[in-house]
Amino acid sequence: MKESDQTIIKIHDLHKRFDQTEVLKGIDLDVHQGEVIVIIGPSGCGKSTLLRCLNGLEPINSGTIELNGQIITDPGTDWSQVRQKIGMVFQNYELFPHLNVLDNILLGPTKVQGRQRSEAKAEAESWLDRVELLNKADSYPRQLSGGQKQRVAIVRALCMSPEVMLFDEVTASLDPEMVREVLDVMLSLAKGGLTMLIVTHEMAFARAVADQVIFMDRGLVVEANEPEAFFSNPETERARRFLNIFQFEGVHKVQESL
Amino acid sequence: MLDSAISIFTAGRNMARLGEGLWITLKISLSSVGLSVLLGIPAGLLMSSKSRFWRAVLRFYLEFIRIMPILVLLFLLYYSLSSVFNINLPATFVSILVFTLWGTAEMADLVRGAVTSLPKHQWESGRALGLKETQLNLYVIVPQAVRRLLPGVINLTTRMIKTTPFVFFINIPDLVKVAQQIVEVAGLRNNLASVWVYGFIFLIYFAICYPISLYSNYLEKAWQT
Ligand SMILES: Nc1ncnc2c1ncn2[C@@H]1O[C@H](COP(=O)(O)OP(=O)(O)O)[C@@H](O)[C@H]1O
Ligand SMILES: [Mg+2]
Repeated sequence: MKESDQTIIKIHDLHKRFDQTEVLKGIDLDVHQGEVIVIIGPSGCGKSTLLRCLNGLEPINSGTIELNGQIITDPGTDWSQVRQKIGMVFQNYELFPHLNVLDNILLGPTKVQGRQRSEAKAEAESWLDRVELLNKADSYPRQLSGGQKQRVAIVRALCMSPEVMLFDEVTASLDPEMVREVLDVMLSLAKGGLTMLIVTHEMAFARAVADQVIFMDRGLVVEANEPEAFFSNPETERARRFLNIFQFEGVHKVQESL
Repeated sequence: MLDSAISIFTAGRNMARLGEGLWITLKISLSSVGLSVLLGIPAGLLMSSKSRFWRAVLRFYLEFIRIMPILVLLFLLYYSLSSVFNINLPATFVSILVFTLWGTAEMADLVRGAVTSLPKHQWESGRALGLKETQLNLYVIVPQAVRRLLPGVINLTTRMIKTTPFVFFINIPDLVKVAQQIVEVAGLRNNLASVWVYGFIFLIYFAICYPISLYSNYLEKAWQT
């Protein structure tokens, strides 16, 4: 859609092992400026591991990852620098329980980036306002619902002004009625031109938000396509079978509600 | 009967001596706790770090301190140093040193327990924000660990206060030692003297330790937010 030709992240032949088992078996993927890539695939296929390799939470075994043309998988990479450019939100609400919402958000900007608290606070508040949580700025995480926590976690990552955001099944632990509010925030970020890599099982959302869908299975990218093409007519048998599971679930739910 | 009891405490400088004894008890135990907390936090962070070297060294230190009776350490550093190496350390210094050696080991183990009980994603979300390891410890891990540590630290403090009477063996006139001296004299005239004096000591210990534990309950509640 609106992505430019500028490649932000370039993954080449990425291999990752845990002990003897190879979890990523040679991944190639380019992420362009402004692009929204949705990664789907069965559980255990390596989606989380792929995201975690991108910001150095997992060391890789071979291959390269480039960020803005610089290889970040060599030893001696300043991960603190890289992580400021690659924000990440996880499945489990990982706010810091001893800090209120505002302090959770300001920790990175003030301590890592050395920004003035007042200036960072103004930005944090305008983001909180956008996700309709300004009135929760002084609340502690335990006083928030799951959906609210995830929106705060998203704002916390955004306030570092990252160039790319990674979302790892951020709605998977939420009660169904809270999924929407979080997905809406992500949709509006996509519209605003943020570059995103999203792992999700929400197929309707994936179809709506993605510029490109990546289907992974057993540590490999099996299919990469535009969302319409992928969802209406998947090229591979494995992708078709995977999508069928979701259709069955859909039918199942309709039957239940009848 | 009460009169004779009161007269035990009013005789001579008895009250003042008890006060001095109490001061020594508090000085030794509270300095030791303070130092133990200061040294135990970094030691505990090292004990829960990835470094095998530090984990092994500190584990050995902890076991050593736990096996070694406090009294033996006191004797070693006070009497043995002076007789073998002719090093004469002041008794108060030796006692604070020994209690700090002990307290640091216990504190480090408490910190290790508190830190390893924190969920793994606290580190990951801190790192994902770009926090460096020291910042991560300072702003995310330690503040949370401290809250989990509190009951253990209070327990260590009261144990420390209760263990200070050992310093009597290196001739420091702490509260219990003073009480014993008073009983020795007053007991000649009043055979209930030991009940009164030690009962009084009991009350003093209670008056010190009980507020500490109340305060810890208060903090635990206040920190729940
Ligand atoms: N820290 C780890 N140690 C060992 N195996 C792991 C670890 N993390 C993930 N795995 C394994 O790697 C595979 C891929 O995991 P993951 O990337 O979490 O899959 P997904 O996110 O697609 O469900 C799984 O088989 C999982 O059991
Ligand atoms: Mg996963």
